[in-house]
Amino acid sequence: MTKNRVISSRKIESEALEQLEEISGVNIYACYQCGNCSASCPAVEFMDIPPHQVIRLAQLGFIDDLTGSETPWICAACITCTVKCPRGVDIAKVMEGLRQIVLRSDFEHINIREIDEKLRKKLPQIALIGNFRKTIL
Amino acid sequence: MQVSYYPGCTLKTNAKNFETSALAVLDRLGVTVQELEDWYCCGVCFSQTSDNLMQQIAPIRTLVKAKESGNRQLLALCTMCYNTLKRSIEFIKADEEKLEAIHKFMDREATRFYGNEVEVIDILSLIKQIGLDKLKDAIVKNGEDLKIASYYGCMLLRPKEIAIDSPDDPNIMEEIITAASCENVYFPFRTECCGSYQIVNEPDIIKDRAKKIVSSAIKNGADLIVMLCPLCYYNLDEVQIEIQKKDQSFQTIPVLYFTQLLALLMGIDPDINDFSLHSVDPRPILKRKGLL
Repeated sequence: MTKNRVISSRKIESEALEQLEEISGVNIYACYQCGNCSASCPAVEFMDIPPHQVIRLAQLGFIDDLTGSETPWICAACITCTVKCPRGVDIAKVMEGLRQIVLRSDFEHINIREIDEKLRKKLPQIALIGNFRKTIL
Repeated sequence: MQVSYYPGCTLKTNAKNFETSALAVLDRLGVTVQELEDWYCCGVCFSQTSDNLMQQIAPIRTLVKAKESGNRQLLALCTMCYNTLKRSIEFIKADEEKLEAIHKFMDREATRFYGNEVEVIDILSLIKQIGLDKLKDAIVKNGEDLKIASYYGCMLLRPKEIAIDSPDDPNIMEEIITAASCENVYFPFRTECCGSYQIVNEPDIIKDRAKKIVSSAIKNGADLIVMLCPLCYYNLDEVQIEIQKKDQSFQTIPVLYFTQLLALLMGIDPDINDFSLHSVDPRPILKRKGLL
């Protein structure tokens, strides 16, 4: 998190943050930044913002930074973070909320024809359908 | 004993040998398995949103069919299906208003499902319910020389509301393996995520995960890895070959569906396991250990 960000009450009261809380149904303010989620995440090394920082940025209303980040798209919803959270914050649902904010705007979902044909024929359907529901082009 | 059965898409295509082996094993254990007459895609990934009720409709429709079947239990072999069906039940049980809204969308269904009429069950819990003594009686081959690494993945353990065992330190697979006469290998990555559907867009994540999981099982002395998820299966079996293409020093290990191992130990016709579907051929080790 090298970027400088200015904290303001306007950001914290933003509509985007309200939307994230509504979609996910999670109380993000329960988080006290222990970092268990990031420590247990199996894909953290592929993320640009680790899960505990996602929650901190969400608390401060920096939703644009989060929807523009790679992190929600790297998360495969294995739910390890949620199980490990001592405060009961469902981090996996926050990640889904961030994905949904983007998917519900005008982004196109995956085009099946763009997946390599050989791979497409070999993959189990559950991989393809999971991918269609959770990712963007 | 009789249960309804929900196969889901992958068990009818990529994971046919999971279905055939599981059904043969349950037959030996005296369970009558009735496939639902009509079933729908479960949606694979449970909708984790609080407001998208449309994604709950497909699993609930399947549960309506299960209720109509008259059997108390619905067996889901695929762990993704298990997870989605089970969580959909939790979802409607927690919120009556949402349940009502979902019902309003289902005008073709004569039956209503409220959450408690059907119990979704995985095959491990079902085997335990039948009884490990009964399982022991059905085992005819000696697996004492076989070291098995049981890989749980995510979908049977998380979130904890639907977990079949402790999400941190499960033991149900190992218990069954012991009863089936084999030796257990505990390895630290047994409950870690394989990367799931990221195989489509981010195969590098899967290669990283698969390498860590597989190498950990080998390092701890395993002969075989067994599991229950068709997606984990693909990610750990097929991807090993891809890893080996780039890294000659990488050692591979065969991956089997849990039920394939049980079918072999029960002396069921090995052809039902269709080992030609495996990327890492398990036949040499199985022959060496006297199971083929």
